[in-house]
Amino acid sequence: MKQTTPAIALRHVTVTYGDVPALWNITADIPRHVLGGIVGPNGAGKTTLVKVILGLLSPISGGVTLFGDARGKQRHTVAYVPQRRSVDWDFPVTVFDVVIMGCYHRVGWFSWPNHDEYERAYQALDQVDMQSHAHRPISELSGGQQQRVFLARALLQDADLYVLDEPFVGVDKKSEATIIHILKQLRASGKTLLVVHHDLHTVQSYFDWLMMLNVDLVAAGPLEQVFTKENLATAYETTMDIITPYTGVS
Amino acid sequence: MIEQYIPVLLTIGGTGLLGLTASLLGVFAIVREQSLLGDAISHAALPGIALTFMLTQSADPFVLLIGGAIVGVIGAIFARVVVRYTPLRHDALLGIVLSVFFGFGLVLLTVIQKQAVADQAILGKFLFGNAATLLTYDVAVLSGIAICICSIVLLLWKECKMLAFDPQFAHSCGYRVLTLDALVTVLTVCTIVIGLYLVGVLLMSSLLIAPAAAARQWTSRLETMAIIAAGIGLVASILGTTISSFGPQVPTGPVIVIVMSICVGVSLLFAPHRGIVWSMKRTRKTTQ
Repeated sequence: MKQTTPAIALRHVTVTYGDVPALWNITADIPRHVLGGIVGPNGAGKTTLVKVILGLLSPISGGVTLFGDARGKQRHTVAYVPQRRSVDWDFPVTVFDVVIMGCYHRVGWFSWPNHDEYERAYQALDQVDMQSHAHRPISELSGGQQQRVFLARALLQDADLYVLDEPFVGVDKKSEATIIHILKQLRASGKTLLVVHHDLHTVQSYFDWLMMLNVDLVAAGPLEQVFTKENLATAYETTMDIITPYTGVS
Repeated sequence: MIEQYIPVLLTIGGTGLLGLTASLLGVFAIVREQSLLGDAISHAALPGIALTFMLTQSADPFVLLIGGAIVGVIGAIFARVVVRYTPLRHDALLGIVLSVFFGFGLVLLTVIQKQAVADQAILGKFLFGNAATLLTYDVAVLSGIAICICSIVLLLWKECKMLAFDPQFAHSCGYRVLTLDALVTVLTVCTIVIGLYLVGVLLMSSLLIAPAAAARQWTSRLETMAIIAAGIGLVASILGTTISSFGPQVPTGPVIVIVMSICVGVSLLFAPHRGIVWSMKRTRKTTQ
């Protein structure tokens, strides 16, 4: 595997729901070792794109390769943090039960996680500062705690690529700081991260690579090239004064 | 002396095992919010049983149950397909599947009654269940099926749990979610079909749902919930069969369901954290 092959290569990806296009002819390379953001207005197809990358949704045309291979071969190198509201938080499991699910694919059929996996699960919980909640039912958690539990599960997967869908929605400031700190650590240790994000104020401090979507691909590349007034105007179909995007070399 | 009780004890043990199995599958029906699916499947099994009886003229309960299982699976698939391709909500749709199939089953039963075919009395047993009259051979076969179902659920426990909690995550880990989902549905259909012996079409969903609903009140862990539900299923079925075997006029199914309903009532009222009494106490404390 060449180190220059992109982490994710999207080629002419098109997805429609009925007659309505959700993603239109997206071609982009997401390089390795970046902390990348996906931004765009509501209905821009951000979550749809994540689902295509993870293989949860098949595009009507086009395709995805991960680390130069077709999806499927590479499945175990991808960790997924779904939108918090995609699951039932009244489900009868504890925090630890959820986190340990991150190793199920390694453990395989008909067997149970061993002592080492338990240790790693506790370490992951420690990383997200949730070890004291390990045996609490998930129904008692706040939004930020729920999100940190999902991140701990992804950490246990020990993947090369982490895909997070709106990890900062409904999350308190402390949790947001913990999460972004871990994401930056992961990038520093050579992982690739792709984060669906909605808050344009924090884009510049969080990401080093950016994809801007509005059904069509508006722009994709290093942050300073993509996060411009022109691109924002195209993506959001309005001029934005509340943020100060790069206007050149800063 | 003891020999004469062996068949009765076998029947009681067998029905206990059926109750346990149904409760175990009911746990997944409850946490996946598919409680009505069991009701739809059991009602869909009725026309299957009646059709099989008309076609084969067989009074062999296992032949009839296979027919019931096939139509039960069709009912479940039908529900899934219609939910996907129409704007109907899941609960509305299951209500429709349930009544359409059950209505069709009743029509067939009436037709059979008019024809005065021999052996048709067996069909009545599937409406309300009659475990107390089971033969030892029947008990052995039903118990065998129940043990197989339980073993599969236990072997695939962690996968079933992940599927129930977060199917998208399971899919992203490389699990074949559709296949796993189909497997759980088929196991549920098999459980429902063998449970028809015990409590009949009308009360089957209670056997599936009631123990799990009661168990949910007492715990926040799926494993504990399954153990409590299985315990309630086992004890209620044994009690029901024992009580009904004392008098020939006491039907098994309703007695089992009454015992289970008492468990549900007690759990709803008195369980810590989730019980009504508990939350009333807590509100009083906070208002004081």
